[in-house]
Amino acid sequence: MIRVCTVIDLPPGEAVRVVAHVPIAVFNAEGELYAVDDTCTHQDASLADGWLEDCRVECPLHASSFDLRTGLPSGPPAKRPVRTYPVVVLDGVVYVNTEAQQDVA
Amino acid sequence: MRTIAVIGASLAGLRSAEALRAQGFDGRLVVIGDEPHEPYDRPPLSKDFLLGTADRASLALAAPDALAALDADWRLGVRADRLDAATREVHLSDGSTLTADGVVVATGGEPRTLPGTLALRTLDDAERLRAALTGGARRLVVIGAGFIGAEVASTARRLGLDVTVVEVLPIPLGRVLGPEIGAVCGELHLDHGVRLRCGVGVDHVSPSGVVLTDGEVLPADLVVAGVGAHPATGWLAGSGVAIGNGVLCDQGGVTSVPGVVAVGDVARWSGQRHEHWTSAAEQASVAVRNLLAGTTVELHDRPGYFWSDQYGVRIQFIGETHLYDEVRYVDGTPADRKFAAVYVRDDVVVGVVAMNDARHFTRLRRRLGTAPLSTPAP
Repeated sequence: MIRVCTVIDLPPGEAVRVVAHVPIAVFNAEGELYAVDDTCTHQDASLADGWLEDCRVECPLHASSFDLRTGLPSGPPAKRPVRTYPVVVLDGVVYVNTEAQQDVA
Repeated sequence: MRTIAVIGASLAGLRSAEALRAQGFDGRLVVIGDEPHEPYDRPPLSKDFLLGTADRASLALAAPDALAALDADWRLGVRADRLDAATREVHLSDGSTLTADGVVVATGGEPRTLPGTLALRTLDDAERLRAALTGGARRLVVIGAGFIGAEVASTARRLGLDVTVVEVLPIPLGRVLGPEIGAVCGELHLDHGVRLRCGVGVDHVSPSGVVLTDGEVLPADLVVAGVGAHPATGWLAGSGVAIGNGVLCDQGGVTSVPGVVAVGDVARWSGQRHEHWTSAAEQASVAVRNLLAGTTVELHDRPGYFWSDQYGVRIQFIGETHLYDEVRYVDGTPADRKFAAVYVRDDVVVGVVAMNDARHFTRLRRRLGTAPLSTPAP
């Protein structure tokens, strides 16, 4: 488990980036927390810098968007999903469980 | 339509083929590509591929199974030499003729060349240039401080070469990004020990170097020209398809000839050529819809977007800078080489630019067409 930040530091609509075995982006999408690989599967860009709308984040470089629940891209240019990770909140602190990475598709 | 020919197998051609299948075309699909390679991505050619940190395989625009799923007949290494628009016959360089009900023109651009210089457009160009950069050349002169020129200069610098960039305009990228931001882009060269000579032309290239119009000679072992590209329309001469600095199209990619649409760098939509990666992909879906409908049912009106990676700085831009009143910084400063700014005209955001600030860029691009924020964006 990797400590991300306090819940207060991650208000709705915001994202933070933490470095684990790879950089991971943690999002607060209208109160629900999600964690995915931070680096877009298409080209080097940080998804934590992207545009968050509902349960999707749009890559800031080429506007492929990824579903934060499944990691799946909406379409080109990204071809592969990003990995997703469980998020846990304990005593007001946000953690990401990197051991339980969830590969999809 | 039973047969559709896509002429061009790069980004715009591939996205057109994908759009045809995605939009339900189940007839015969033929893709003609003059290069022998399967569709590959050009932007890395001046960056990671030239540097040697990305290989050929990483350039593939589509995975092999995705290419196979298109169920297309790929004719690679074959050029389209001529189109007879009345019969929609495409005459190919291998002597064969292809008759199609619909034609997508996606032949891209051909780099302007100067004798004694290398250009960079194709994978083969990039391999040649990489061999030259790593083959003992010490002094490189880059003619043209546009994006290709700047990216080549940046990569060559990282490979340890002594680099000079010559630009005929007084400010690099001034026509694209405006004088203020263009000047900041120019400073990136100086930050990294690259010399920049602006406002002077090139008279000719001699074996010893580049002779400028003011008489100065820039010594060089290797000279690269990044001075733009012509639309590749030569093969359409006499076809009946109207040409004028590109294939003339309406705002849906529809040409003067029924059953023929054009996309990407070769196409001029509503008077403008959009020689950018994202435009090529977006145009393909619109043009294909109009081709299949037999008339213009969809227009492309999304603002032009491009990015450039040079000297470790990511530049992003969207919109336009024509006759803007002011550049307003929303985050950071040019001196930090990390900022986001909006171009304002008549109190409306018409463009957004950022250096190393994707976070603010992503948010500001949604402000296009609206009044600028008086306080910094969140």
